[in-house]
Amino acid sequence: MSKEMVDLPPKGGFSFDLCRRNDMLAKKGAKPPSFRKTGTTIVGLIFQDGVILGADTRATEGPIVCDKNCEKIHYMAPNIYCCGAGTAADTEAVTDMVSSQLQLHRYHTGRESRVVTALTLLKRHLFNYQGHVQAALVLGGVDFTGPHLHTIYPHGSTDTLPFATMGSGSLAAMSVFESKFREGLTRDEGIQLVAEAICSGIFNDLGSGSNVDICVITKGHKEYLRNHLLPNPRTYVSEKGYPFPKKTEVLLTKITPLKQKVEIIEAGDAMEE
Amino acid sequence: MMYGKGLKDYVEQVPGSRSGSLFSERTLYPYVTGTALVALVYRDGILMAADMGASYGSTLRYKTIERIKPVGKHSLLGASGEISDFQEILRYLDELILYDNMWDDGNSLGPKEVHNYLTQLMYNRRNKFNPLWNSLVLGGVKNGQKYLGMVSMIGVSFKENHVATGFGDHLARPILRDEWNENLSFEDAVKLLEKCMRILLYRDRSAVNKIQIVKITEEGTTNFPPYSLKTFWGFESYENPTAGEEGLW
Repeated sequence: MSKEMVDLPPKGGFSFDLCRRNDMLAKKGAKPPSFRKTGTTIVGLIFQDGVILGADTRATEGPIVCDKNCEKIHYMAPNIYCCGAGTAADTEAVTDMVSSQLQLHRYHTGRESRVVTALTLLKRHLFNYQGHVQAALVLGGVDFTGPHLHTIYPHGSTDTLPFATMGSGSLAAMSVFESKFREGLTRDEGIQLVAEAICSGIFNDLGSGSNVDICVITKGHKEYLRNHLLPNPRTYVSEKGYPFPKKTEVLLTKITPLKQKVEIIEAGDAMEE
Repeated sequence: MMYGKGLKDYVEQVPGSRSGSLFSERTLYPYVTGTALVALVYRDGILMAADMGASYGSTLRYKTIERIKPVGKHSLLGASGEISDFQEILRYLDELILYDNMWDDGNSLGPKEVHNYLTQLMYNRRNKFNPLWNSLVLGGVKNGQKYLGMVSMIGVSFKENHVATGFGDHLARPILRDEWNENLSFEDAVKLLEKCMRILLYRDRSAVNKIQIVKITEEGTTNFPPYSLKTFWGFESYENPTAGEEGLW
């Protein structure tokens, strides 16, 4: 019987081996690098013929806006789109991953993807990582069973709703939905309501801002209205332009010869003392 | 040498206070709390709305608490947060109004003055690390001038045309910003307040469906009897949310 440890195959999920060392470093004052969060308002609602998803376009890194016009509505399948709030890397990676899994599944089955498939793939992945993958998603799409709208929380729980909001601006957007939503909205009314909800998030929440993106999904057809509304235009631009001098200015012309370098040769014994 | 925690570790003491007391001598957490409050200026005066509930942690303990009270002849005070601190503030204001009346000089404290007093009160308590755990809303009309202001528990104070405390800050303020205007009639103002209170009822877990609306105009205060809001739960999607997706929740 050997006393050596059997070499175990690496398990899936995160490895928390460095946590202790990170804690120790944090106590000594070393700050970990901050990550880009989307600090967002994302909404979805079900209207007469399908689903409308909306999102703002601001990405923040702490107090700074790092991307004024990012895309938060991600493609999952020709009939399914997903808005993401939370850590930008997590939402992008998770939606990309599930999108490719759906594509492979489509090749395998030869059928249009169902929204529940995307939902199950996403929630299984997120639950597996116990909330460490910080992606809060609003998933919407139309398949042969009808229009569906779901919210997925970072820990893996899901909700099936007629109207949903997520992100830091979710309360501002929810207040608009709660007061104005009704069933059986037409396409234009739905777009108007979604735009209003996102604008409410943009103007009342600091983590959301810039423009409104909208995606309308109906049976067999989708419309991605990128920058549907631009309520924050850059209004002042100087008419004279910003002239910069074409070359560096010459301030002074004076030639100073450098002094000649003199070599000192010491007597050989000096180093030994 | 002490093994384990000594008594000293359980006692929070304010410097200069009586040592050896068993319990905290400053406010650490609120216990019985009132939730959001919404108020706005309309054509003839101020309208304030609050629900009549007070929670003890996660229990809805009291359902007939009046969180809006008149102060003097010209003002209304509404509070969300710790109810006992609200009652204490009412006692302070009682004393203030009493002393003002004793002067008997024909002048009376208006909403602006009371607001100022409250700001000083809250800020001073906060500086002693012993806050009065409330968000106060002060509104009133004096000599035709309408006034509405808010003071938070740390002493932040400002004057605005529409205010909301607690959850109302996130849920009601966007609605008020969009739909408030200078010349709201009484009916329109009540409709707007009801809209905000309804959203709070849907989305705030500590809300109670029993609304108290109080109006103050140049003529005086009118306390309306409490009533419930109508709610709508009849969405088709609520009937069978997972239709077509067997096994989903």
